[in-house]
Parts: sequence; structure tokens; C-alpha cells
Amino acid sequence: MRIRTILLAAAATLATTAANAQNSNGVVKIGVLNDQSALYADMSGQGSVWAARKAVEDFGAAAKGMKVEIVFADHQNKADIGSNIARQWYDQDGVDMIVDVPNSSVALSVNQITREKNKVFLNSGAASSDLTGKACSPNTVHWTYDTWALANGTGKAVVKTGGDSWFFITADYAFGHALERDTEAVVLANGGKVLGKVRHPLSTQDFSSFLLQAQGSGAKIIGLANAGGDTINSVKQAAEFGITQAGQNLAALLVFLTDVHSLGLKTAQGLVFTSAWYWDLDDDDRAFAKAFAADNKGMHPTMVQAGVYSAVMHYLKAVEALGSDADGAAVVAKMKEMPSDDKLFGKGSVRADGRKIHDLYLFEVKKPSESKAPWDYYKLRATIPAAEAFRPLDQGGCPLVKRS
Amino acid sequence: MLVRAEETTGTPAGAPAAARRPGGGATFLWLFAAMVAAGMVAPFFAYPVFLMKVLCFALFACAFNLLIGYVGLLSFGHAMFFGGAAYVCGYGIKTLGLTPELGILAGMAFAAVLGSAVGWLAIRRQGIYFAMVTLALAQMFFFFCLQTRFTGGEDGIQAIPRRPLFGLIPTTDDRVLYFIVLALFLAAFLLIYRIVHSPFGQVLKAIRENEPRAISLGYRVERYKLVAFVLSATLAGMAGAMKTVVFQLASLSDVAWQMSGEVVLMTLVGGMGTVFGPVVGAGIIVAMQNYLSGIGEWVLVTQGVVFVAAVLLFRRGVVGEIAALVTRARARGES
Repeated sequence: MRIRTILLAAAATLATTAANAQNSNGVVKIGVLNDQSALYADMSGQGSVWAARKAVEDFGAAAKGMKVEIVFADHQNKADIGSNIARQWYDQDGVDMIVDVPNSSVALSVNQITREKNKVFLNSGAASSDLTGKACSPNTVHWTYDTWALANGTGKAVVKTGGDSWFFITADYAFGHALERDTEAVVLANGGKVLGKVRHPLSTQDFSSFLLQAQGSGAKIIGLANAGGDTINSVKQAAEFGITQAGQNLAALLVFLTDVHSLGLKTAQGLVFTSAWYWDLDDDDRAFAKAFAADNKGMHPTMVQAGVYSAVMHYLKAVEALGSDADGAAVVAKMKEMPSDDKLFGKGSVRADGRKIHDLYLFEVKKPSESKAPWDYYKLRATIPAAEAFRPLDQGGCPLVKRS
Repeated sequence: MLVRAEETTGTPAGAPAAARRPGGGATFLWLFAAMVAAGMVAPFFAYPVFLMKVLCFALFACAFNLLIGYVGLLSFGHAMFFGGAAYVCGYGIKTLGLTPELGILAGMAFAAVLGSAVGWLAIRRQGIYFAMVTLALAQMFFFFCLQTRFTGGEDGIQAIPRRPLFGLIPTTDDRVLYFIVLALFLAAFLLIYRIVHSPFGQVLKAIRENEPRAISLGYRVERYKLVAFVLSATLAGMAGAMKTVVFQLASLSDVAWQMSGEVVLMTLVGGMGTVFGPVVGAGIIVAMQNYLSGIGEWVLVTQGVVFVAAVLLFRRGVVGEIAALVTRARARGES
């Protein structure tokens, strides 16, 4: 152990003295840790690995003489497996940075291990806003989205575009309650009203009684404060009841492009939600999606996968500027200092609490008649400017903020 | 899975060859010594955190095996003892500031109390009904953990500090902690061996083979079953609490029904009703989860294939088959 530490220290000193990039073990090793086999495999999975490789390629690492290696693993949505892999990667395999990690419980444990080992954790897949709140760390950047931003974005933008009366269908556990509470606060603050709410147990199969209550309430918007299979089931059954056709809109809080794809436009039409990125917003995005689809059986990239690309790109730039990847906290500090700019997320910045700041978008799923091509699913309803998209710095309770 | 367990519990086909063989004690000593030696040198070759995980799951599987292998009760809810103790231990260490040994004891105490309550209810039924009662209660416990505040919902209890053992021995170094976990595991393993080979264990086996007969001999089988259930739950809790100390987290996946399924898989692959089987089974399954995580979705497929292979080709499990081979060879030598 001691010899290792001395070697690492020696490597770090070498790295700082050498003019050109000198990285630990001579290579920047990136670990993509996500779900490769279950419910998050489509929206992250191998697509995120592809995105990370693409970022390395577009960064031109080879031409710059920087050696970058990518490894990946399946955390199987279990915190103990995820944390075991993370520890092993850091301790034995020389991984310098872990990216993606959907599933909050796994993300929070990787967050803690990364801090302990002074490496870098760039989160794209997980939603918990605790990562930049009370669990914030000088070694973590939360890149793509978080629960607060989704609740706030959807709540505010929907009310502003006319959806001023709400009914909530909420998953009955902490995550659902938090989503409902945050969204309700935003709806009320923007002059909307909440007509009622109903709670359902996790993993419910039959939503009919909840949907009938929502329909009976006469609310313009039915807010789905749930996730994963529950969201999918409620959207499907709402379509069977003809709720959207009757003029009510569903507002979901956590929806990915791949979810809309598996639901189909006929079922998902009229669904509104907030997203950080969509493949059809400009030419660069479309080019990225085309290359992605060519290598991924025609699938199109989700915001999580685009976020992995963007995060890896900014990380590599910071490592290049610093000339070393040995000190994780220093790399993250550099990432916060440098403005970010890449072809997918455009210009942005990383805040003191580790929150990456960029625009968010409110989308509505198209009707089947409006869709002109495969994967042509979203229409833009509103853009939420970066300045108001994320939780204000002083409200997260992040200890790093008080210090500065 | 259930059907197979039923079958084996009903007939003596799955009975432990090793335990009944004369001279089994000496063989056990040799094998145990080999296991201790392997445990001592392993951290110098493999990653200590991985080894600790194997040990925790091995103990979990041994505790489960105590029930299914020796009493013939298939519990499908052992995750509630494993995960419940993990939460209690995590909460104790993180929020109440307990030292690890007190945290583990608190977890075990919780599992024992929960085990008495669940066992008292569940042992009134047999076979598939017993399995279903335990599964139902475990699901209730899962939703309880999902809802209550102190478990942290789907985030779990995270960043549990590794406090020094007895307030003296630092456990932040993985190797040091490994030897502590190894010592605890070996102690629990010997305890299980002792239970199985005591007069009490003999009665348990008698109940497994023929319950009406045990009753007719005057044994109050309900009491024996309940004690075995509580012992099994407590040891499963010990495994869960140890895992919390190692990984510094307790999460919902510890109490989910998949965890109950995994321990069945480990026990079956290793060899149900053998002393060393669950240890081998746990090693195989945990190693697969860990080292195959690079192949993504194929992990689950591989697990399925291994399970099917175990059921079709070596029904006594890895250790069970080896033991049967040895017995056969000996029998041939004697005749």
C-alpha cells in the first residue's frame, strides 16, 4: 500500500513538472458504469459507452498524444455491485473517472467512493438532486438533469403555456412525494392550482381508478409523479381511456426518448415533459444521432447518452489544460473554472456545487400524423433558459457553497 | 424451483452424504483447515472487497441452508432478515455512532426478533404454503423499507463510516477489515456446523425426513422448527450487517425478493444440505456477477444457464456431487 502511495505521489510530481500531458499510468482511463441489462439499459447502457468513445474520438485524443482508454460494466441496479466495481476500478484497474451511473442509490455510493479515492465522477444518468445538494462533493459533477430541474421545468413551463390546473398521480414513496412536492410548489408559485392528488403503490399494474379520478377532476394537466414502469403503465392506460384525446394532457416528470419509442406515438401523444437534449434540435445534434443510429441498430441517442458525450468532452479538455489526471479534485476544479462548450450541449458552465448549467426544453410528444420520420417524436413547446433551469445555488444545502 | 425443493425435501435423495458418512468429522477438519488456509492467503491474490462480499454472501447462504438443507423448509423471504439487519446496522453506525461490532449485534438482534415473529407465523404451514407466507411477509417488509424515513427510500443509507472495531482497531484498510470479516465468518460457520451435528440437529434432520414420525416419537416439532428458523434468520442478519460494514451502504436491493431468490440459487448450485456447498455456491454466483459485469446483459443469461445446468446435470450441487463421488469410490474400495 505504502509503495503504491509513493509511486502515485511520484507520478503526480512528475505530471506537474513535465510540460506535456503526463497522466497516471500514462493513460486516462474512463469507466462507463451503468445498467446494461434491465430497465435503464436502453436509455444509457451500451449507447453511453458509444457516446464516451465518440467524445474521445472527437476530442482528438490520439492526435494530441493523449492515451485514453474506456472500460464499462453493468451495475445491475444494485448499489453493492456498483460500489464494488467502482472500488475495484479505482484501486486496481487505474480508472481515473467514472461516468453515467443511472439509479440514485448506485450513484450516491459511487459519489462517496470517488470522493474517498480522490477521483472524478461525472453523473449523467441518475436523477437525485442530492448529488449537488447535501451529498455534493468536490469530485462530482452532475451533468444532464436532476429531479429539481425536471419538476421545476415541467411545472413552470406547462403553467405558462396554459396548463394551469393540475391533478397529481404520485408513486407512494419518498421519490414520488419529493417530485410531487417540488412540482406543486412551482405550479402554485406560477399562478396555477392543484385540484387533487392520489397516491399509488410502487409497481402498480392497474391505474384505472387513479386515472378515472384524474379524469373526473377536470384538471387540464395530469401530473405523473412517478418513474420507470409506473410512468409507462399510467401513460398506456391513459391512452386506453382516451384521456388525451378528450383534451387533458399528461405531464410526466421522468421520460426518456427510448420510453416514448417503446410506447409508440399513438399511446404517448400529447405527453409533456422536460428534457435536457433532443436529437433533432440542430444540425450537429442530427449528425451525432445519425452516427449513433448507424452503430446502435437504429436507436437514437437519449439525453443521458448525449450528456455522457458532453461530460467526457469537458473532462478531457480539463485534463489537457491541467496536464494531469492524477488529482481528481483538481480536475473537477478545473472543469468548474473553464466554461464548457461542445457541439451537443453548446456553451455552459459547472457551478461550485458540481451542477452543470445549460438550457432545458419542454417537449410535447407528437401525434402520429405530425411525425414525418422514424424517431421524429418531440415538438418543442418552450425553452427554459439556463439561468432559471436549475435549483438556485444557495437552496441545495451543499456544504461546498458555504465555504466559498 | 419450488417443485424441485419440494421433491428433495420429501425424499432422502438430497440428504447430505458427507454428514452421514462415518469418518465425516476428520474430512470436515481437513476441509475446514483448507478453507481457513485459502481464506488467509486469498487477499494477497484477489481484491479484498470482492472477497469480503463472497464471505458475506457465503454466510447468508449457509444460514439459508441451515433451514432448507437440514429442516427442509424453503423460505422465500430471507432477504428481509438480511436487508433488515443491514438497515439497522447501517442506521446504528451512521446515525447513532455505534462501533461496527455493536452495529452487527444490533442487526442480528433485529433479525432474531423479526425471525421469531415471522417464524412463529410461517411454520404453521408446510411446503409451498410456507414459502408463500415467507415471501408475502418479506414483500410487506420491502414496502415498509421503501416508505419509512430512516431507510432513505430508494437511495438507501449511504456513506456509513467505517468506525474502528471495539473503538481500537481501525477498519478503513480493506485488508484489515477482510481478516475481521473472515474471523466472523469462520466463527459463524463453525457454529452452524455445531448446530447441524448436535442432538438438536439430529432432530431437525429427523423432522426433514419424516415429520409425522418425529411427532410420534414425542418431539414437539413446531418448537424445533421455530428455533431453527430464528437461528437461520439471525445468521442471515449477521451476513447482512457485515455487508453493510464492508460496503458502507444498505439499500433496497438487500430486502428485495430477488435477493431471496439469489440465495436459493447459491445454495442449489453449491449443494443443498452440505456444509461447504453454500460457500462454494456463493463464491460462484458472486464471482459471476462481479467479473462478468463487463458483458452486460449476458450476466443474467449466464446465471440462468448455470442454474439450468445445476438442476439438470448435477442436482446435488457442486459440493454434493463431489461428496457423492467420493462416497461411491470409497464404497467400491471397501467391497
